[in-house]
Amino acid sequence: MTPGTPAIRAEGLTKRFGRHEVLKGIDLSIPAGRITGLVGPNAAGKSTFIKAVLGLVHPDRGTLSVLGKNVNGDERYRHRLGYMPQSASFPANLTGTEVLAMVRDLRGATTEQDTSLVAQFRLEPELVKPVRNLSGGTRQKLSVLVAFLFRPELLILDEPTAGLDPIASGIFKEKLAEARDRGATVLLASHTLSELEEVADDIVFLLDGRVRFHGTIEALQRLTGFARLERAVAALMREGAPE
Amino acid sequence: MRTARKILGYQLRDIARNRWVIAYAVVLLALTEALFRLGGDGSRVVLSLLNLVLILVPLVALMFGTLYLYNAREFIELLLAQPVGRGSMFAGLWGGLVLPLAGALIVGVGTPFLFHAGEALVSFRSLAMLLVTGTLLTSAFTALAFLLALRFEDKARGFGAALLVWLACAVLYDGVVLLVATVFADHPLETPLLVLTVLNPLDLGRVLLLLDLDVAVLLGYTGAVFRNFLGTALGLGVATAALIAWTAVPLMLGARRFARKDF
Repeated sequence: MTPGTPAIRAEGLTKRFGRHEVLKGIDLSIPAGRITGLVGPNAAGKSTFIKAVLGLVHPDRGTLSVLGKNVNGDERYRHRLGYMPQSASFPANLTGTEVLAMVRDLRGATTEQDTSLVAQFRLEPELVKPVRNLSGGTRQKLSVLVAFLFRPELLILDEPTAGLDPIASGIFKEKLAEARDRGATVLLASHTLSELEEVADDIVFLLDGRVRFHGTIEALQRLTGFARLERAVAALMREGAPE
Repeated sequence: MRTARKILGYQLRDIARNRWVIAYAVVLLALTEALFRLGGDGSRVVLSLLNLVLILVPLVALMFGTLYLYNAREFIELLLAQPVGRGSMFAGLWGGLVLPLAGALIVGVGTPFLFHAGEALVSFRSLAMLLVTGTLLTSAFTALAFLLALRFEDKARGFGAALLVWLACAVLYDGVVLLVATVFADHPLETPLLVLTVLNPLDLGRVLLLLDLDVAVLLGYTGAVFRNFLGTALGLGVATAALIAWTAVPLMLGARRFARKDF
């Protein structure tokens, strides 16, 4: 990826599920090395866009490139990605250690891995238990660990703190800042706007399958006249959308 | 291929510890042991197990296969977000399901035969045929289960379709064959009946087992046609090849759907 290339670039991206057009021509350029918060009401197209970036959903039209590579069915670009889904699901009968070994094995990872979260989340005693015996919060921590394990260039996180306690949530936010400081790009979908206010540099606001705002939090505050992100986003929703 | 083998390995570890797969092996073991204790010698036990295998194995493969794919959806998403190709993922998932199910069948049915090897007349060739047929049926019906789970987005509909497929293969199909035979009794029916048999994997399993055991009285109409028309050796070959095709074709269709699917 040459300097200045956006981490994610979408042009005219559309996706339809049956009669429902979920993405209606997304044009978006997410800069590298920043934390971008992806917000919008339910069914705005956030998850579909994230899944398109991951190659899980095939767009109908438009182009999409991630870290300088066109998303076209070749899975190799995902070596550079870390993903944390909304609800973590691992094979119920494998232990946490086996899950980590599996992901490591599938990625063919030979470089040094970031296991600092094991100690920070106090996961050591939990990793020997089968996943089915872990609490929802512990599974979520395991999911955070998997996402950060390979020090990815691009982190895609879908509602990451939903099941985390305040301490784990704090550790997670420090980890995000650390990832940005080493040059990684983070795309973070969340309904918790106070959290985004704390960690995000930029905001992408999706409404009805289109990008309605993309810019810094400060720009959004100036545009809407509200200092709090929650109010600013609510104003965007009500006013339906300056470009 | 290497990635598929890796996925298969981890799936194998997961599913082999699944309580339903363990329960399946235990039930088969208890039933086989019970048949021995009820006074059967090895050959009679194989015969009694025949219908059990023909009915139970496809049912378990269809139910477990569809539920498994629906329940693994989030996990599939997580793995597909890794640098894993969809073809490898699909092959690994299917292999990781077939091997533990076939293993449960082999352990469940085979263990009592080993215990009773010294005391009863055990035909190990018949037993091997039973287990091979059971494994082929497991492969074919799990492949069908995957295809159905990928065809229907809704879990309840997919599960219903799987039950319907089992009902059609195990119960309704014989009725249709009999109806065709009765209605067209005045016409030469060998070829149409052969085709009808090949179109039902469960019937193929039955023909395969009965041709090998040479139990003419149990062959039924389609089995008799198979033997008379093709002879035992060719009949066995055709039935085996057709049963393998029943795995290969749904698997190829399933892999194509899996490659195009939006998760």
